[in-house]
Amino acid sequence: MSADPLSDSTLLLIITIAVVAAAVAVVAVAGFRLSRSHRELGTDAERATFRALHSAAAAGAQLRNGLEPAGALKASRQLRALLNCAAFAMTDGSGLLAWDGSGAAAKQPDSGVVMGLAAQALGNGRTQVAVLDSALRESLGLPEEDSDLKAAVICPLNVDSRVVGTVIILSKQPSAGLVRATNEVAGWVSAQLELAELSASRTLLAEAEVRALRAQISPHFIYNSLNAIASFINTDPQRARDLVVEFADFTRYSFRRHGDFTTLAEELRCIDRYLLLESARFGDRLRISLQIAPEVLSTVIPFLSLQPLVENAVRHGLEAKEGPGLVQLCARDLGAYTEVTIEDDGVGMDPGELRAVLAGLHDGTHVGLRNVDARLRQVYGDDHGLAFDTAEGRGMLITMTVPKNQPGHDA
Amino acid sequence: MNPAIGYTALISVSVITALIGFYGLRISRTTSDFYVASRTVRPWWNASAIGGEYLSAASFLGIAGLIMISGLDALWFPIGYTAGYLMLLFFVAAPLRRSGAYTVPDFAQARLNSTRARHVTSVLVVVVGWFYIVPQLHGAALTIRTTTGLPSWVGAGAVVVIVCLTVITGGMRSITFVQAFQYWLKLTALAVPAIFILLQLGAHSGQPAALPVGTEFFPLADPLNGSSMYGTLSLMVALLFGTLGLPHVLVRFYTNPDGAAARRTTLIVLGLLSVFYLFPTIYGVLGRVFLPRLAAHGSPDATVLLLPGTLIGGLGGDILSALVVAGAFAAFLSTTSGLVVSLAGVISQDLLGGNVRGFRIAAVAAAVVPLGVALGTDSLALAGSVGMVFAFTASTVCPLLLLGIWWRGLTDAGAVAGMLAGGVLCGTAMLFGAQLGADSPWREFLTQPAAWTVPAAFVTMVAVSLATAGRRNPGVARFMSKLHVPERPHALPGQSV
Repeated sequence: MSADPLSDSTLLLIITIAVVAAAVAVVAVAGFRLSRSHRELGTDAERATFRALHSAAAAGAQLRNGLEPAGALKASRQLRALLNCAAFAMTDGSGLLAWDGSGAAAKQPDSGVVMGLAAQALGNGRTQVAVLDSALRESLGLPEEDSDLKAAVICPLNVDSRVVGTVIILSKQPSAGLVRATNEVAGWVSAQLELAELSASRTLLAEAEVRALRAQISPHFIYNSLNAIASFINTDPQRARDLVVEFADFTRYSFRRHGDFTTLAEELRCIDRYLLLESARFGDRLRISLQIAPEVLSTVIPFLSLQPLVENAVRHGLEAKEGPGLVQLCARDLGAYTEVTIEDDGVGMDPGELRAVLAGLHDGTHVGLRNVDARLRQVYGDDHGLAFDTAEGRGMLITMTVPKNQPGHDA
Repeated sequence: MNPAIGYTALISVSVITALIGFYGLRISRTTSDFYVASRTVRPWWNASAIGGEYLSAASFLGIAGLIMISGLDALWFPIGYTAGYLMLLFFVAAPLRRSGAYTVPDFAQARLNSTRARHVTSVLVVVVGWFYIVPQLHGAALTIRTTTGLPSWVGAGAVVVIVCLTVITGGMRSITFVQAFQYWLKLTALAVPAIFILLQLGAHSGQPAALPVGTEFFPLADPLNGSSMYGTLSLMVALLFGTLGLPHVLVRFYTNPDGAAARRTTLIVLGLLSVFYLFPTIYGVLGRVFLPRLAAHGSPDATVLLLPGTLIGGLGGDILSALVVAGAFAAFLSTTSGLVVSLAGVISQDLLGGNVRGFRIAAVAAAVVPLGVALGTDSLALAGSVGMVFAFTASTVCPLLLLGIWWRGLTDAGAVAGMLAGGVLCGTAMLFGAQLGADSPWREFLTQPAAWTVPAAFVTMVAVSLATAGRRNPGVARFMSKLHVPERPHALPGQSV
């Protein structure tokens, strides 16, 4: 490449800035750490307590997903430091999950051997102390010459009075204190596992709630559509046929079983069919305007989260209104988010009443709005509920904002 | 040159861009027979948009300028800029579209399941984006200086202000259509004057504007005409791999409905870029003959701007000059706004909590930092400085994407180590290379580091990943199948539920 003398100065400046910024960042981080470590100083006993609590907290975080190998291994490292034993192992009901040892016990033994040790504790749910005789030592892969390790303490892990696994430690001397400490650690691990199970069931509950909230096709709509189609059978059989096909496609989408998510494009296609059927009933009274930025069509949204909003605009906004009404649907690209707005110029609603509906105090009409709002909050957090802008006689504007990047959700 | 030309061109490009931005979206039907499938962006539109966003100051002004200085060697730049899309087509386009990640940091987090890897990637993407905006602003400064005589900061400032305003007011609502328009504007702005110039030269072979008899376009004795094998190779590595990691290009692929459309789009982009690059070459060659003074002293990057006015006098020359200036501004605006939007997305999500207000603040930050750098420095070789950004991207983001998409074994530690190794090596090499004298044997080795920093980044990434195999993302199988298995076909009428 040719020499470009003047770009050298650019580069120099840019890199100088980068180096200075990096240096400032390093100094800031180091200073922060240093100031933190000074604050943590205390008496020896206090610091020992802090260390123990820190190990426990760190291990607890690793057990948050229940008994699984990666988390169990990281937790074992912390807990071995806490108990100061030669090896710390965790098993579930069927196999060895994690083994952390030092010195002679550094090598992870065969899962079957460890399970043999654990079998009794798993069976009767009581703490066992096993003496490491030479046969056991050999099968555990402990070197013969280094015979310091004399005993193994095996404590069961209980969740809801079921034995789900064991904690095993290898030690030089099984003092009563060590057995007691191991028991306490096993009890603490059990408590963490119960918490993990609790949080798993909370997730299940949330999923079940989303499933239960999954919008249902409204019976009024079926009734009205079929009536509207019936009215065309004699006058315009071709149109009636087209409408029946649209109706079939609409119901197929709404009744589909797989997946709780869909793309904006698919949802819009469903809305299109819905509006086609509604305009058969409303005729010229229903006008629709759509402005969709093509960039956001592939955004993932909860299944049937827009259609109920459009249905609300048509049924509650326009049906009660005299004369023609306009429904505007607009989807915009906001960088990391997609914003969808649904606006109608219908009868609107009293904001206080709307709040009551959303809080679940009123049953009956508008239940679709609450359903969508609750699902959005459930999936994306409270910041992503529906935003309403309405007043009596002023129409209604509903805004829905969802993040574009949702790695966990497949449409 | 008549200053009015510059003003007219700048203002009309900005106004047209804003109008398309605001009203492009409103071209939608208001009847109920709206059908979503017809609204998805066709690969042609999308390809034009990618071309519009990609063809920056370096392509529009820089290549002709580089041909002025270094002759035939400069032709490697358009080849590399275009062929990078071949790599994108083969290795990245379709899987990335299927991944569902909207930015490179999103991809890093989803693939590696690590927030630390995400933050490192974010920092690198922002650095790459800033460095890439700087040459655009230099181009704008040069254009304003050449055409209106105003000081340099006016041009750079004007681009930043226009871009910030459109992004903040939401004026880029239909950004795909704006960018697609910008591509065709740039192509027209280069092609029409070039055709007129060639016609003029062909018609009046006896007049002063004609080629002097016995002109050698690239004299063998040209002292600058001797780039080494290593330099060329390194440049090609930088450009081929660098295209893969450019943040503003990747974002465009999400406008495609599926992976297959992403591939088709990339293929069309290859064609569109190939056509475009014919014209800077023509300008460069003609510039060597008719504006020889620019290469020696002055700014060779202004060749494209000055050539129409020099060769075609009168009103015709003015109109063609205005067209070229308009095209140049389209290049600065489209690339800068594409980059600012991408960077604002990354910055706002990682630093500002990712709400709409954060996005606006981030957009300003994304544009103002490069403005500071651009005002504090002065660069004339636009193609060269953009080439350096490509080398940096190729050494950092590109290995992450390639290994992340095609190798199950990549771990978060490996990705971070590889990106840091590539970034540090590449950055230091370019810094030290710039300090060396022109005759130093190491200069080329250091100013064109891609040939060794890219392999170094790949090797580090693979080695550290193998050493930390225990840190593999447990969900990698699921993510990989999402990347590589074609999308579930959309349900067809008549299919059972």
